[in-house]
Amino acid sequence: MAYSFDFPAVFDYTPVLVDGVVLTAALTVVSTVAGVSIGIAGAAARTSGVKALDTAVGVYVEVIRNTPFLVQLFFIFFGLPTLGIRLPEWQAAVLAMVVNLGAYSTEIIRAGIQATPRGLIEAGESLAMTRAEIFRHIVIKPAMKKIWPALSSQIVIVMLGSSVCSQIAAEELTFAANFIQSRNFRPFEVYFVVTALYLGLAVLLRWLLARFGNLVFARRAARA
Amino acid sequence: MPEFTTWDILYNLILAARWTVVLSILAFICGGIAGLLVLLGRVSPLPWLRRTMNLYIELFQGTPLLMQIFIVFFAFPLMGVETTAWTAAVVALTLFTSAYLAEIWRGCVESVPKGQWEASESLAMSFTEQMRYVILPQALRVAVPPTVGFSVQVIKGTAVTSIIGFVELTKAGTMITNATFQPFLVYGLVGLLYFALCYPLSVYAKRLERTLHVAR
Repeated sequence: MAYSFDFPAVFDYTPVLVDGVVLTAALTVVSTVAGVSIGIAGAAARTSGVKALDTAVGVYVEVIRNTPFLVQLFFIFFGLPTLGIRLPEWQAAVLAMVVNLGAYSTEIIRAGIQATPRGLIEAGESLAMTRAEIFRHIVIKPAMKKIWPALSSQIVIVMLGSSVCSQIAAEELTFAANFIQSRNFRPFEVYFVVTALYLGLAVLLRWLLARFGNLVFARRAARA
Repeated sequence: MPEFTTWDILYNLILAARWTVVLSILAFICGGIAGLLVLLGRVSPLPWLRRTMNLYIELFQGTPLLMQIFIVFFAFPLMGVETTAWTAAVVALTLFTSAYLAEIWRGCVESVPKGQWEASESLAMSFTEQMRYVILPQALRVAVPPTVGFSVQVIKGTAVTSIIGFVELTKAGTMITNATFQPFLVYGLVGLLYFALCYPLSVYAKRLERTLHVAR
C-alpha cells in the first residue's frame, strides 16, 4: 500500500512551529553574543603570555571540543543539580550553547590574533600604548575580520546543534516537532517540514552574519 | 535497591562505548566511500552534476544531524522497509559524513594548481584518469589532517543517535543514570570516555597538520 502524505496535518500546528522557531532563534542570538564574548576573552587569555591562564583556557577548549554537545547539555542539566546548581531547561540550554560556542570561538579567534604581524604590535608599543590598548585598537579588529567567515560557520553549527536541546525539554523547534508528531502521528511530514525550517534558518543566519561582517569590519577598515 | 559501585558504572559504560566506536568506524568508512563519489560529482565537468552534489552538501550542512536521523528513521517505514535504530543511525551518519568529507576534500582538490589539470588534459587524459593519476594523489597529502580532524566530529555525532534509542555511550549513560541516580558521576564519566576517544585523534590531526606545513 502506498503511503499518502498529509502535510496539512503539520500546518494545523503552525503556532507551535512559530513558537519553536522563535525560541531557537532566541537561543542562537543569546548564545552567539555571550559565546563570542567568551571567545574573545578566552583568546586574549591564551595569547596573554601568562602560562597558568593559557593552560586553564586550553583545558577548557580541549574538553569542550572533544566531547559531544549532547553530553555537555546532559551534564549541565542533570549533573549540576548534584552540586546544588539547578537550572531550568532553557537556562541550561543557553549555558550549554554558550560554553560550547565559547570554546570553539576561543580557538578560532586565537588563530586570528596569532596572525597579527609582529610589526603592528611593535608600532603600538613605540607609541607608548598599553597592552590593553594594543589589543583593543590594533589586534582584535583585524583578527575578527580575518576569522569572521570561520566564526560564522561555527555559529551556524551551534544553531543547528541546538536541536538536541529538545532532549531536556527546552521548547525550541525540535521540541515543537516532537510535540506535533506525538499529536498527529505524522512523524515524517513533521520532521520534513521542520528540517526545511532549519535549512531556512541556517541560510538566513549565514546571510545575516555575512551582512553584519561587511557592515562592521569593512567600514572600519575603510576608515582606518 | 541494588548498590552500584563506580567500577560497575564505568565497566558498563566502556561496554557501551564499543558501539560508539563500531558506529563511528562504520559511518566513517561508508561515509568516506560515499563522500568520494559526491566529491567526484562535485568537481566533475558536468554542470548539472556539480550543482546537484553542491545541493546535497548544502542540504546536509544546513540541517541538524538530529533531523537527518529522524527523517531517515521515519522514511524507511514509508518505503515499506523495516528499520531499526541501528540501521537508521548508520545510514544517517553515513550521509552526514559523506557531505562533510566531500566538502573538505573539494577544498583539497582545488588546492592542486590549475596547471596540473591543464597538463594532464593536454596529455588527453579523461576526467577519471586525471583524478586517478594526477589530482587525487596530490590532494590526498593535504586531505589527511582535516579528514582525521573530522573523525572527531563523527564520533561526537554518534551521541545524537541515542535519541532514536540506539544504545551507545550516551544512551547507556542515560540508562545507568536512571538506575543509579548519580547523573553527575555518570555523565562525567561519559564525557571522559568521549574525551579519551576524541582527544588522541585531535592531537594526531594537529601534529599531521604541523608536519605537512614543515614539509612544504
